[in-house]
Amino acid sequence: MNPLLLKNFTATSCIGNGSAATLKSLLDHRSGLARCEFETVDIDTHIGEVAGVDDDRLPENLRRFECRNNRLAELGLRQDGFFEAVQQAAERWGRRRMGVFLGTSTAGILQTELAYRERDPISGALPSSFEYAPTHNSFSVADYIRQRCRLEGPAVAVSCACASSAKVFGSARRMIEAGLIDAALVGGVDSLCLTTLYGFHSLQLSSPLPCRPFDVARDGISIGEAAAFALIERVPENLDGDSVLLLGIGESSDAYHMSAPHPEGLGARRAMQAALATAALEPGDIDYVNLHGTGTPSNDRSESQAVTSLFGPTTPCSSTKGATGHTLGAAGALEAVISALALQNGLMPGGVHTSKIDPTLTAHYIRDNRRAPITRVLSNSFGFGGTNCSLIFGLAG
Amino acid sequence: MKLSAYVGGLGILGPGLANWPEAAAVLSGQRDYRPAATVLPTPTILPAAERRRTGRVVKLALGIALEATSQAGEDLAALASVFSSSGADGHNCHELCQALSLAGREISPTRFSNSVHNAAAGYWSIGTGAMAESNVLCAFDASFAAGLLEALSQVAVDQRPVLLVAYDSEYPQPLHAKRPIPDAFGVALVLTPQKRSSSLARVGAALSDLKCDRFSDPVLEALRSAFPAARSLPLLRLLATRNGGRAILDYLDVSRVEVQVEPCA
Repeated sequence: MNPLLLKNFTATSCIGNGSAATLKSLLDHRSGLARCEFETVDIDTHIGEVAGVDDDRLPENLRRFECRNNRLAELGLRQDGFFEAVQQAAERWGRRRMGVFLGTSTAGILQTELAYRERDPISGALPSSFEYAPTHNSFSVADYIRQRCRLEGPAVAVSCACASSAKVFGSARRMIEAGLIDAALVGGVDSLCLTTLYGFHSLQLSSPLPCRPFDVARDGISIGEAAAFALIERVPENLDGDSVLLLGIGESSDAYHMSAPHPEGLGARRAMQAALATAALEPGDIDYVNLHGTGTPSNDRSESQAVTSLFGPTTPCSSTKGATGHTLGAAGALEAVISALALQNGLMPGGVHTSKIDPTLTAHYIRDNRRAPITRVLSNSFGFGGTNCSLIFGLAG
Repeated sequence: MKLSAYVGGLGILGPGLANWPEAAAVLSGQRDYRPAATVLPTPTILPAAERRRTGRVVKLALGIALEATSQAGEDLAALASVFSSSGADGHNCHELCQALSLAGREISPTRFSNSVHNAAAGYWSIGTGAMAESNVLCAFDASFAAGLLEALSQVAVDQRPVLLVAYDSEYPQPLHAKRPIPDAFGVALVLTPQKRSSSLARVGAALSDLKCDRFSDPVLEALRSAFPAARSLPLLRLLATRNGGRAILDYLDVSRVEVQVEPCA
């Protein structure tokens, strides 16, 4: 594929609002996970909550979009001058020539969960203040960002569970390549809600402790929330050496089970192989793998097999979910930004919270930060329904 | 038009519409449209254990996908797909929200697994053994055109066949009052980069400023406007009449999608 430029990017999660704070947390090997005190949730678990999400209201003309998910989107949009960069791009390319592709798994479902507590005791009706389209519907966050940024090109939400905001890069890339648009705002936004907190708990997939990817005693995920965005364009002739490019995208399906990964990681392997093929790279060209690494026994076992079968036992890899939690539909975009920061700063972030690496996992998992120049990173995102996406990022210089 | 593909197979299910030949007869004026509750087929491609877990929206999506691919004669295991739905499984969503509003908050793990927007795509992959890529979209009322643009981009850029499945089904009360989709409706198209013996027509698409086409028949117009996936009907009418021509499909507030249809001889 023709590489694409990440002209700007930003991430907001429990380890920081914006790229500088995110990088500082990664360098400090710091986790943002804390005991769950979210809303009325009574589960013994840890979460990655972003502070202050509900402090500010949305702009007055977009008040109908009010919900935690869109407030998190707005908070994320305002970091790193990203909103201004989008406006500059829109002036350059034209608003019709810019698309919006955002991943989410649950959008503003929290608003519906709250509304169900306020049902009319006789009729059962939801409160009149509740609006479905701008909050609950999966498209709400893409519609909010599209209207907030006044972009008029194609707009869509990608909702493939925890692979959603990795797959947005594929949709945007194809529309740029097909000539329908010149630039795209891509990313992912997912926020805390009862559906996912109680849902993963019901599947016995969430840990009572901060998650410990690849640990011998790992026992599940920690749910997080995040808003992460990138502005992507065709690669111009002149580039700074530290510009980050999207070099490859691979997607696949497991054809195996709705909520369990393929035991040998065949779908994961297929996605990574496809990403390498689109980038015209060999496994040896990848310096670091940012794993999906959720911290469930089955994901890490399956992913480790897939990674080792392609990259062997020496390519450094780690999961940053011990720091950020699993931000579900935002994880692909959050880890794309972490991959970009890793490239620009020569940082392979060691996995936080993992104390004893599972000896049966053969991938080369790193627990401590490593500082060394790296030029290419592969990032994995997998989701329920057996959906897989691998992205490869590299430095231009 | 830069985006174009050949339509190699169609599947449709909706109120009073049991398959593509029936829908084509209605859309080409050979038969009157008589609305009736949508009849959803049992998803026989799934193992019995999985079949029991599927809701109406999955039965709908798998039903239309099977009809479209059986006409096109595709190798299902290798076929890429785009699923686009305005809201996935409304009944399952209601049960979860209901359970979360009660003391105890006991929710079913199967319901949670099925709550993902990509559940139908996941079951399709399990049922057909398809390990190819599958994308799953939502654009509220614009979901059909959004899916069409994504699928045509895949055909144009990746130069391989793509199955597009667009589908919507109802929420029960109380969400139904906020999102009044009346029943289940879906349409599936197999889109290929090259013409084949099974190709019905070549379809091209581009963004447009024109107003979207409506039906003069009020019953068909009610169908078109009731379901996001039924915003495809002006395109399906061109495919049914085999005359070719242009249709303007509903999309976003700022733009529509113009489709050009050239029938294959």
